[in-house]
Amino acid sequence: MAYRLMQGDEACAEGAIAAGCRFFAGYPITPATDISEVLARRLPQVGGKFIQMEDEIASMAAVIGASVGGAKAMTATSGPGFSLMQENIGYAAMAEIPCVVVDVQRAGPSTGLPTNPSQGDVMQARWGTHGDHPIIVLSPSSVRETFDLTVRAFNMAEKYRTPVILLMDEMIGHLREKVELPPPEKIEIVERVSTSVPPEWYKAYENTPSDVPPMISFGEGYRYHITGLFHDERGFPTQRLDEIDPWIARVFRKIERNLRDILIYETELVEDAEVVVIAYGATARSARHAVKQARQRGDRVGFLRLSTIWPFPERKVEEVAERIHSVIVPEMNLGQLALEVERVVGRRKVIRVCKANGEMVEPREILEAIEGAGRWL
Amino acid sequence: MVVKKQERESLVHERYLRHQKKFPHVWCAGCGIGIVMGAIVRAVDAVGLSNDEVAMISGIGCSGRMPVYVDFNTMHTTHGRALAFATGLKMVKPEMKVIVVMGDGDALAIGGNHFIHAARRNIGLTAVIINNYIYGMTGGQYSPTTPTHAYASTAPYGNIEQPFPICQLAQAAGAAFVARSTVYHARELSRFIAQAIQKEGFSVVEAVSYCHTTYGRINKLGSAVEMMRRLKEDSVSQQAWEKLPEEEKEGKIVRGVLVDRDIPEYTRLYDQIIAQAQRAAAG
Repeated sequence: MAYRLMQGDEACAEGAIAAGCRFFAGYPITPATDISEVLARRLPQVGGKFIQMEDEIASMAAVIGASVGGAKAMTATSGPGFSLMQENIGYAAMAEIPCVVVDVQRAGPSTGLPTNPSQGDVMQARWGTHGDHPIIVLSPSSVRETFDLTVRAFNMAEKYRTPVILLMDEMIGHLREKVELPPPEKIEIVERVSTSVPPEWYKAYENTPSDVPPMISFGEGYRYHITGLFHDERGFPTQRLDEIDPWIARVFRKIERNLRDILIYETELVEDAEVVVIAYGATARSARHAVKQARQRGDRVGFLRLSTIWPFPERKVEEVAERIHSVIVPEMNLGQLALEVERVVGRRKVIRVCKANGEMVEPREILEAIEGAGRWL
Repeated sequence: MVVKKQERESLVHERYLRHQKKFPHVWCAGCGIGIVMGAIVRAVDAVGLSNDEVAMISGIGCSGRMPVYVDFNTMHTTHGRALAFATGLKMVKPEMKVIVVMGDGDALAIGGNHFIHAARRNIGLTAVIINNYIYGMTGGQYSPTTPTHAYASTAPYGNIEQPFPICQLAQAAGAAFVARSTVYHARELSRFIAQAIQKEGFSVVEAVSYCHTTYGRINKLGSAVEMMRRLKEDSVSQQAWEKLPEEEKEGKIVRGVLVDRDIPEYTRLYDQIIAQAQRAAAG
């Protein structure tokens, strides 16, 4: 396939189509609107359906309804809309409905800075709904990675029957880069787990050995109940502890036992490093640049780039931090993921390079932090 | 073979209710919601639908519990959002009959926006709104249909807001079919629901009910039986209502099919979009 000049939002839309997404519901919001615009045009071409709903609450609801009908489904929004979606993201978590939610982050809180980047929704992506549930959050740092992670997001959503959040940022969403997309036959596509048991044996929330119960769409002859209440294995409401506790344990277990598949990251130059920069999303681009410059000067600096930020790859961060004295965490927020890094690196120094004013973290600022880290030796 | 009426009735129950495990239901003795549920399953039976081709979707509140008891594809969603969930399902499975059951608070307060937009789109869903003028499950707070001056636990000095006229709202927003009946007129209600299910487009049936547990108690309207009797006495058919002198029209519940018009249905129109997009893409 030839090279194309492509925007991050467009790569997300094309990644969704490549992954088999055939339903999209959304509401206009900068800087995510481009995803809606591309899918409004592209989805009907492949027999899929696009709908512009009355708000983000309805968009998230329609996505869940479509997924229950058997379609791979997605919505895309930015901070204010992401806040509105939380209630139904919680529903998808409780009812274990596969779906992908894209949040192209802009600076907030509230209306904030609509066309400026941010990574301010890191904690909202993890804890935005009420109650406890696991969640998968992926964050791309290039246009090509946006395509790849959108496909992975669908695969994980379907494989593990869970909502997956693709946490982009305005910089990546609006960035245009030269990309070569993989040919369709090279793209791994995962379908949701189904079953051929007779309808009367089917339990939509069965405690299966894989911890992921098979999911059958509505209208296929397997009539069952879906609810946001705690439910038994057949999906009916329950208040029995011997049904609630196993459910909670299972939904966490199905994610935790598959971390090898879910956690995506890459390391550069960490073997001999004394300082490591940990970054994700657009900030990872500045970080890589800074690490390169520092290496040219002879500083022993390594780089850990996270594509999966939730579940937080704590083992990897621990391992990388083992032989170093300082970790630098640049973020376009006031230290949201740094909190997690601090939690796992013990007594090693964690230096935050934070900006929440809609400006990118510049390589120069990270370089200064690297220099500062050296001085404490 | 001629099936006697009573036998037929028990066959309907046998076929459409999850009768073995899920009863008794959660509703108060004397509540009208069970009558609406009966009217819905009889309508489904009258239309001749199989259990598999029907989905029932609800929101939150007393009405939200109905899907547990019926043997369809059932989904109990979040408060006010049932129509939005149903919209996604209907788009993906246009051949399914999707019945959305809501209460007045669910459909018109928290879900008011979804209600008018589903009507505006004219998507092929059947919305059954059980109007009991109050939030029952949370204990009797005033709702968007609580009459002005009526009392509620959150209107201890009387309600100063105007009630939403559900059917006029649905009509103005673009619904293809709008009807109203009461839980006293169970057979008529069932007939309207059957018509609504068969209508291509967004159909709304307002099922006027009552809540003797909260609304009736705080407004001193008596028992369930007395409130039921009031539905009989205070309601008139549309034809009769039109002949009433102006001074007698006030306060009457008008029963009948109020809107029945042919407007292109949303998922059908979207199929045309797909055909158009695919033609254009093929060049």
